[in-house]
Amino acid sequence: MARIELNHLAHQYAPGGDYALQPMQHVWEDGGAYALLGPSGCGKTTLLNIISGLLQPSEGRVMFGERDVTTLPPEQRNIGQVFQFPVIYDTMSVFDNLAFPLRNRKLGEDYVERRVTHIAGMLGLEDVLKRRANNLTADAKQKISLGRGLVREDVAAVLFDEPLTVIDPHLKWQLRRKLREVHEQLNLTLVYVTHDQTEALTFADKVVVMLAGQVLQVGTPQALFERPEHTFVGYFIGSPGMNFLDCQVDGSHAVVDGERIPVDPAMAEAARTAGGLLQLGIRPGLIRPAGADEPGLTVKVDKVEDLGDYELVTGHLGQHQIHVRLEQSEKIGSDGLRVVFPTENALLYADDKLVG
Amino acid sequence: MSLVLEGVSRTVGGEVYLDDINLTFERGEFNVLLGLTEAGKTTMMRIMAGLEPPNTGRVVEDGQDVTRVPVRKRSVGMVYQQFINYPSLSVYDNIASPLKLAGLDKGQIDRLVRTEAERLGIDHLIDRLPAELSGGQQQRCAMARALVRDARLVLLDEPLVNLDYKLREGLRSELRTLFADRDTVVVYATTEPEEALVLGGKTTVLHEGRVIQHGVTAECYRHPANTTVTQVFADPPMNLMPVVVGDGEVSVGGLLRAPLPGHMKDLAPGHYTLGVRPHHLYVAGADNLVTLHGTVEVAEIAGSVTYVHLEVNGRDWVVEERGVHPVHPGERFDIHMDLNRAYAFDSADQLVAAPDSQRG
Amino acid sequence: MEKREYQWAWLMVLPVVLVVAFSAIMPLMTVVNYSVQDIFGPDSRFFVGTEWFKEVLRDPQLHGALIRQIIFSAAVLLIQIPLGIGLALCLPKKGPWVSVSLVLLALPLLVPWNVVGTIWQVFARPDVGLAGVFLNSIGLDYNYTGDSVDAWVTVLVMDVWHWTSLVILLCYAGLQAIPDAFYQAARIDGASRWAVFRYIELPKLKGVLLIAILLRFIFSFRIYAEPFVLTGGGPGNATTFLSQRLTTMAVGQFDLGPAAAFSLVYFLIILLFSYVFYLTILNMDREG
Repeated sequence: MARIELNHLAHQYAPGGDYALQPMQHVWEDGGAYALLGPSGCGKTTLLNIISGLLQPSEGRVMFGERDVTTLPPEQRNIGQVFQFPVIYDTMSVFDNLAFPLRNRKLGEDYVERRVTHIAGMLGLEDVLKRRANNLTADAKQKISLGRGLVREDVAAVLFDEPLTVIDPHLKWQLRRKLREVHEQLNLTLVYVTHDQTEALTFADKVVVMLAGQVLQVGTPQALFERPEHTFVGYFIGSPGMNFLDCQVDGSHAVVDGERIPVDPAMAEAARTAGGLLQLGIRPGLIRPAGADEPGLTVKVDKVEDLGDYELVTGHLGQHQIHVRLEQSEKIGSDGLRVVFPTENALLYADDKLVG
Repeated sequence: MSLVLEGVSRTVGGEVYLDDINLTFERGEFNVLLGLTEAGKTTMMRIMAGLEPPNTGRVVEDGQDVTRVPVRKRSVGMVYQQFINYPSLSVYDNIASPLKLAGLDKGQIDRLVRTEAERLGIDHLIDRLPAELSGGQQQRCAMARALVRDARLVLLDEPLVNLDYKLREGLRSELRTLFADRDTVVVYATTEPEEALVLGGKTTVLHEGRVIQHGVTAECYRHPANTTVTQVFADPPMNLMPVVVGDGEVSVGGLLRAPLPGHMKDLAPGHYTLGVRPHHLYVAGADNLVTLHGTVEVAEIAGSVTYVHLEVNGRDWVVEERGVHPVHPGERFDIHMDLNRAYAFDSADQLVAAPDSQRG
Repeated sequence: MEKREYQWAWLMVLPVVLVVAFSAIMPLMTVVNYSVQDIFGPDSRFFVGTEWFKEVLRDPQLHGALIRQIIFSAAVLLIQIPLGIGLALCLPKKGPWVSVSLVLLALPLLVPWNVVGTIWQVFARPDVGLAGVFLNSIGLDYNYTGDSVDAWVTVLVMDVWHWTSLVILLCYAGLQAIPDAFYQAARIDGASRWAVFRYIELPKLKGVLLIAILLRFIFSFRIYAEPFVLTGGGPGNATTFLSQRLTTMAVGQFDLGPAAAFSLVYFLIILLFSYVFYLTILNMDREG
């Protein structure tokens, strides 16, 4: 177990070329569950490979606790890794698969037996220990991959590279639940790479959102959802993403195509100081319908989608497209939908960065 | 104008892939085929396309039996999970390829290719090779190729599964508009309930080679025909619990005893399975709610909601609660259930009572 | 039901069936016909039943050729398969040297079989051949035309030179198909190089190796041109293998009946071996 420190870390694949990873400085706490979230090519896999030791960074150091592991190969780093597609040793039984990392390190058979049984019990694999790993389902195989990481007591961190890609939705829930349980029980540092916001948010204590080799925000799922520090974070997290409307600031109001929307005065002040392109951001689910006598904004409705548990309204506020998530039994009037942007949920962005 | 499957079955080497499928797909409708991996979705599409014959049954297109008409002689467009394009042809030539095979003249091909590329938003990439495109763009190219010749049948086999989450979201909402004005039978296979709901139209739920429900997508969601549908067509799956109904009450051992809600009043006394969606369970109590005890296993915090996984009476349940609620594993936890939102399934797992509310 | 589906397919393969019928089945029937008759001339032949088969199966010359053949094929497999795997593992995985090494490896496969024999005949000659002269100069008394051990070694080395490339290329393709994640996982699990080979590479190469063994067995079991050109089956009968013995019988001695019986036995041996392989591969698919 260890905390992971990335010290002035940066990476270029070719000297003088573009940075695949922009210089960064982070400390990931011991026992934390971290998710690296971003679209393809954002550098999340590069960062994971640097942590696992498959890749050496061109600049900076990687520390596991007090130990500098920058130049160490994967086998000397005490990590486990679960890949996108199940990696198992086809010809071995499940037991032998789980025992493999221990036997490679020449540990006694008694110990191996005890340890494998313990881990198999934790992952719910005890019934298939004798079976050949090759004939199992994808989710069982991923559990085996995970088990090979967990079976070593000295494991410092377990890394996951989009491990749920090949798993059916209802099994994803079970596997994620298993992951959380393992995390609670073993208190390991976990790092999880994904492009899927749901996976990242449900898995992690802290999510690291990346774009183009840069870390845009590190925060709790709640923080990322409620106070995205960058418009990309707002867009990328949430389905559909946050609404962003170009605006001006007038006093403590944001003005969008002539509509005056009250915002936090301190934030309005900060936005005026920051200057640049100003945008008002609000989550589709945090917009609420206006009460009967309440002054509200009128959204022209273009489309209403019935998504089973809620309705998704696509409409226009002035010239700007806007999504509103409606709970059941909220009716849309003939002239459109009257809504309120709660002040605490309406955020201002200057040149894509949250102000205040 | 339609595509009809009549008693279609397919067995390969003793293993049943499809079992007595009877379905009608209308033109101009969006049809979703929902099911787990290996539920038979791909086999069904292959039979519809004529890539594979059924062992028994017929495929009827617009009143004509086409069961044994090979795919080349049908009018079918297909998009796969993998991004399949001709690697040595430009995007333009890729899209043009089915038209060239159909023997259209150059001017016509040019017009159709450019229109289709524009509809899919890849008109600026038309001279590139597939390898020079991103995954999303490659899939758009494959879709353009499938759509360009206005095939009578367009089959999409989990086309978005290999795309990034956000790309998927964008393309998914475009898909409906893309097919809205086409006189074609569209079938879209997916494993994801959310995808089915966003795409709308009609949904067929397949499970182990059988159709377990077929109907308007939102209707299927609100009235899941049986307990299997509640697991396949809901994410997270519906929470289930065996209960006893009798004397105007519903009870579970010592855990719960409550008067029957309105929509279950007519149930005959006996054993049932009660189903409750995760977001109809609440952390906070209220007068109209009944209380259940569970043991917390884990909690997942997903931005605006918290998923609390609990063990309730030996069952794995999930509570979806708005906001952030820190809970601790092993903790005893009270959850509150709105029985008016609960479903009841009989001993054969068939739906017998669904909530009256407009939304499930 | 199943049958009706494939009617059209049968029609499509009909031309091939006809060609095969003329080129293979009819000659085969002729051979079967010969094998049960004693032929003195175009118009005088007698039915002899299984007489030729009995004779052939008792013929010590043939026993000798069969034993040599089996030893030769076994030696070929024992040398070429491990060597092929080993060299495939040594090849670069990416970079400019990949294509260079692949082309170099493919070269021996492109040489016509009788030319291979001629090359080695010259190469190994103790008086003027590079290898022959060299071996003698370092004090080995090497003469493949006089010494049967030398002849054997020469034929084997020639075959290794000629055919190991095929095994290497097949294994190389098999190795390239193994995803990187397997190697990464093995490194993380602390696996030794040997363990990586034993638990990842070898299992993943299983299918390819079966094909390689099958091809090498069939090719080596019916080898003819190379030893014929190189040693002519000598010295004595030391390197006379089945096909050469058969040719001597049919063309040299014109014993058509026994030769026909013999070639059927020969054919059955290859068929049997191939069938065993077919079953193995089929079984493997089912497991996988």
